[in-house]
Amino acid sequence: MTELFIFFEQIYRILFLLIPVLVSVAMIVWLDRRVWAFVQKRRGPNVVGPFGLFQTLADALKYIFKEIIIPASSNKVIFILAPIVTMTLALIAWAVIPFSETFVLADINVGILYLFAVSSLGVYGIIMGGWASNSKYPFLGAIRSAAQMVSYEVSIGVIIINVLLCVGSLNLSDIVLAQKDLWFVIPLFPMFIIFFISALAETNRPPFDLPEAEAELVAGYQTEYSGMMYAMFWLGEYANILLMCAMGSILFLGGWLSPLDLFPFNVIPAPIWLILKILFLFILFALIKAIVPRYRYDQLMKLGWKIFLPFSLIYVVLTASFLMYFDLLPGN
Amino acid sequence: MSLIRFFKIIFMIDFLTGLIMAVKEIFKPKKTINYPFEKGSISPRARGEHALRRYPNGEERCIACKLCEAVCPAQAITIESSEREDGSRKTTRYDIDMLKCIYCGLCEQSCPVDAIVQGPNFEFATETREELYYNKEKLLENGDRWENILAANINADSSHR
Repeated sequence: MTELFIFFEQIYRILFLLIPVLVSVAMIVWLDRRVWAFVQKRRGPNVVGPFGLFQTLADALKYIFKEIIIPASSNKVIFILAPIVTMTLALIAWAVIPFSETFVLADINVGILYLFAVSSLGVYGIIMGGWASNSKYPFLGAIRSAAQMVSYEVSIGVIIINVLLCVGSLNLSDIVLAQKDLWFVIPLFPMFIIFFISALAETNRPPFDLPEAEAELVAGYQTEYSGMMYAMFWLGEYANILLMCAMGSILFLGGWLSPLDLFPFNVIPAPIWLILKILFLFILFALIKAIVPRYRYDQLMKLGWKIFLPFSLIYVVLTASFLMYFDLLPGN
Repeated sequence: MSLIRFFKIIFMIDFLTGLIMAVKEIFKPKKTINYPFEKGSISPRARGEHALRRYPNGEERCIACKLCEAVCPAQAITIESSEREDGSRKTTRYDIDMLKCIYCGLCEQSCPVDAIVQGPNFEFATETREELYYNKEKLLENGDRWENILAANINADSSHR
């Protein structure tokens, strides 16, 4: 009986996290379009619901009623599996995100490794979708996407090492608590910038949206998808963006910690702070989409391998030597 | 690469300038209008939906000279005419295929009696193609509905005709 109770409690907790995440993914699509429109002095979606907030729900409804077309020459099983993989991977990563000291679904000791692994697996959804379509544009888009995500994951990994050197633990709650006195964005500011740019590349956002460059590749790996399967790719993409924002705010912006431990700030509940930080990073994502032109593919690769990777490696050495020299290494 | 350019790249000066500019743009008034709820102004010369006008006494203006039919580059207009009991030449059929029409305005320019005109209405989308094959009744009805605006527009543009 108690096992059953624990089981249902877990289900309840998962839903308590998952449903807000899905709703906020829908809202974040609206926010993205809205910010993009505002920078270009347009109005953006403003008809459905208050300020157009329900636009994404209306779009999702439209996608549900659309026909799913499966190309005759595609590998049908993998073709159908690909959006499911993308969506699932984007959602399961939220299990380790700590929203407050107590509210975290799975407080595992290697949280950051798990997060990193899951976001790396995201490539599979795209590669599967692009390759199984058996069509040239999706294939080229998938190859581009895979190469791009793999290259930038390397520098993200090295950046994470920087943070881990300062914390001495792979647990996300420990990482947040280690920033109680000083957010890592201040000592590791260059790493934060590189992390942010790599996150843009990792999630295929402009200016690194080469996998779905409309002018060259129609819609990249999504070209052959339609209806709900397209919507799942689309939601998975935005869930991934939110996840990268959450990762950035946990690693560098102090997660659920309030900026100052003073009266008006510390009464606001911890999850609100995390949400505000995620929103701040996401609005930056949206602004960058509006102002930066798309990179050329060789520039993208040069940036990843020749600039970010050496720079973050040098910074690892610098951080390590600094911590060693001043005897600040955690665990001492 | 000059030193200044190097530091510009390292500190992303151009990018930050762009970012600040984007944030400023957010708070500026919007350039677009909220279309279905508010509409932009339309010139009196706007070439929208066609209409056949009448004289104030209710008589059709069209004299079936077929100049519009002849001038129409898309050959969207079909006219058949016959003599009425009182001896005047009138159209028995005046069809415009709105799907063929390219809205060039030549029919309006060629008309000696200002009978066929293009009004300011551009929102006449339909759900079927058949609804866009306009016949004489539809065009005269349009003329009756828009007569005030059409007359005002012709008057406003009269100095240029």
